[in-house]
Amino acid sequence: MTAIAASLGPIVDRAAVRRQRIFGIFYLVLAALAAFVLTSGLDGDAISKFVLKPAGSKTGLDIPNLVVPSVLTMYLVAGLCAALGAIQLVRGFGTRWAVVLGIVVAAFVFAFLTWAAAGKSMSLIGILQLTVLKALPITFGALSGLLCERAGVVNIAIEGMLLTGAFTGAIVGSAAGNPIVGLVGAGLVGGLLAALLAVLAIRYRMDQIIAGTVINIFAAGITGFVATRILQHNRELNEPERFAQIPIPVLSDIPILGPMFFSANIFLYALFVLIGLIHYGLFYTRWGLRVRAVGEHPRAADTVGINVLATRYRNVILGGIVAGVGGAYFTLGSTGSFVQDMTAGRGFIGLAAMIFGAWTPIGAFLASLVFGFADALQARLSILNIALPSEFLLMGPYLVTIVVVAGLVGRVRAPAADGRPYDKE
Amino acid sequence: MTGERPPEQPATEATPANAPAPAETPRPTRRVMAMLGGAARGLLVPVLAVLSAFVIGAFVIVLSDLTFFERLGQDPGAALGTALGGVGTAYGALLRGALGDPTAYVDAIASGDVEQVKAAFVPISETILAATPLIFTGLAVALGFQCGLFNIGAEGQLFVGATAATFVGFAVTGMPWFVHLPLAIIAGFIGGAAWGFIPGILKARTGAHEVIVTIMLNYTAYNLVGFILKFPGYQREGRSDPISKVTEASAWYPPLIEGLRANWGFVLALLAAFAVSWFLFRSTKGFELRAVGFNAPAARYAGMSIAASTVLAMMLSGGLAGLAGTSVVLGITHSMTSGISPGFGFDGIAIALMARSRPRGIIFAALLFGALRAGSTPMESATGIPGDLVVVLQALVIMFVAAPALVRGIYRIRVPETTGTEVFSKGWGS
Repeated sequence: MTAIAASLGPIVDRAAVRRQRIFGIFYLVLAALAAFVLTSGLDGDAISKFVLKPAGSKTGLDIPNLVVPSVLTMYLVAGLCAALGAIQLVRGFGTRWAVVLGIVVAAFVFAFLTWAAAGKSMSLIGILQLTVLKALPITFGALSGLLCERAGVVNIAIEGMLLTGAFTGAIVGSAAGNPIVGLVGAGLVGGLLAALLAVLAIRYRMDQIIAGTVINIFAAGITGFVATRILQHNRELNEPERFAQIPIPVLSDIPILGPMFFSANIFLYALFVLIGLIHYGLFYTRWGLRVRAVGEHPRAADTVGINVLATRYRNVILGGIVAGVGGAYFTLGSTGSFVQDMTAGRGFIGLAAMIFGAWTPIGAFLASLVFGFADALQARLSILNIALPSEFLLMGPYLVTIVVVAGLVGRVRAPAADGRPYDKE
Repeated sequence: MTGERPPEQPATEATPANAPAPAETPRPTRRVMAMLGGAARGLLVPVLAVLSAFVIGAFVIVLSDLTFFERLGQDPGAALGTALGGVGTAYGALLRGALGDPTAYVDAIASGDVEQVKAAFVPISETILAATPLIFTGLAVALGFQCGLFNIGAEGQLFVGATAATFVGFAVTGMPWFVHLPLAIIAGFIGGAAWGFIPGILKARTGAHEVIVTIMLNYTAYNLVGFILKFPGYQREGRSDPISKVTEASAWYPPLIEGLRANWGFVLALLAAFAVSWFLFRSTKGFELRAVGFNAPAARYAGMSIAASTVLAMMLSGGLAGLAGTSVVLGITHSMTSGISPGFGFDGIAIALMARSRPRGIIFAALLFGALRAGSTPMESATGIPGDLVVVLQALVIMFVAAPALVRGIYRIRVPETTGTEVFSKGWGS
């Protein structure tokens, strides 16, 4: 790595030039796709209708549907993409490249939706609502990973913690007859698994990725075992009461944003509070400064009297509690009963969202929304019978993560001491 | 251990007074004892790990029985007795399912009936069958470990390899088996190697951490394979679910013994283990690969290419995982579905850790895990204890093997510090 560091100057420049070129070509490809592929086989005066008011909404406000001419929209999007791509190739956008990338991708996604809805009516608000719901557990997972990794402990056991949280939430919630008790139980068990991770990684200095893998396998095994052994015969233990929807009085009446963010159950509101707390805590308090110091340079932190190991224990256990609570969403907030392997890799997407969001809470939430959107779109398009292999949509988040990790599009940086055990000597 | 003994000193020579008295002459028996001791100490951690896992597994079995607590209140002694009996029955069924029933062997051999003898050997055959893909994935992960790479992506590489091998298996027709089978096996290897090439080249070129890339590629592979399985020409005619056409019989691994399911894939796995062993410890490339894994800066200073070793290790690792895929689709299922692997790639991690990345140790570790897998189904049908117990046992085994300090703390013994694992998680981005 030293050789790379020594020649950092020219590499940065070359990377910027390469990025400019990659983006320019990428925008032109999107323009071509919108202009030639999406418009093929479409009637010239077909219109796409997007429903913006959720079905069964009781608000007095009348939100009109968004109706656009399909082909014209695509040509407009193609024009926009082509123009931005040309500018990008000729002179670049400098530091505003991320904004431009966002605009182009958003425009293309809109063109794509227009194509999917051509001649039909599509519930855009439904997709957006589903996006938030799909992003919710991913964000919890990402926040869990973030809490651990900011203190220098890699947590790839998020998946196992989510799964165990879902499982515990269902059993404890059913046994107690109260979802709040289930939620508390899920948080506790998540914290317990995290404590195991912390002991293995910090006390026994086990490789953190192996420790995380152990917990993932253990969680899959034990939940599957107990689900088969107990829940199959005692179904009453797998029927927890779910948290009810609590629309927030005024905010839920806001068009589009209201149904998306302000008429959900307590998980979403808890998530907002958590994002705010972690963001404020990490970047504006003494606690956050210390945590970040431990994650970046533990020896320096130790020198000024911060207890490195205690900070790591605390953060990992906190992260486990967050993941456990997030896992409980699967049973207490969403479906209502535990199914084996129901988290289906959401924890790993959370890990990806944490990286994509550059180890910040708000970034992680936005990244989770992107991943949730891919998930929601796939679910809705398969209902609409769109002739597009859904597998490619589902692959999207993973490929995007690889691109981000490989630094093909501007690199994100992990805490410097992430994954390294700390020795006083 | 014997190498550390101080050299023998001639008794006639004058020795300084403060020097320790020379130890009694190492007689051949002592040497043998010392060697045995060394081997035993190497085995101590894995054996204790398995033992501890089974003990905790017993607790899991007892505590997950809701009636146990009721009975414990009424008559603690009897409740404990039945609980222990239940654990014994479950582990007994697991063992019989994995290794066979001793009385069945005796009866079968006494009767002299070939069919009956074969029937008695079914459990062993099933264990070998289950161990075959595990040897390959264990080797795949171990090869990565030796180069300092953590390949969590064996699962995805297995899927891609199996998909490629299946394609050759049904698309090529009219070939004799000695042409067709090797072709399909090579296709599986290439498919896995191609999937392993991606994290290798990304790590070498951009420094992207292989753990995160291989995790993402696992999910990409599931989706890609899901798409291919529904592709016209690959999907079986008349089916709407994702399943491939049936491969030609000429591409199947022939059975070791007609009538039993264990097949020549196992022999290929053994050969692969010896090939990997030779490659790592006897060839120049293998030496470079281990040198990079042991100390990358030193290896670079000695003129070795870290990038080339990284890419080579990931491709070979992926190829071995692809061979694991062939051992399933050409040896067991004979067609490709999305459910061909119950996590062979992840078991490979456990096996590589347990064998400390030594190819020959992997054979034994894989046989152990294969036995657990093979025994879990008979156990579930005989005692109603879910087969997922085996997954819990596996997790516990890895935990104990990867943290020898844990074993040391529990059993108050001295065990070697090294486990063959390094710190892999050196930060995601760099």
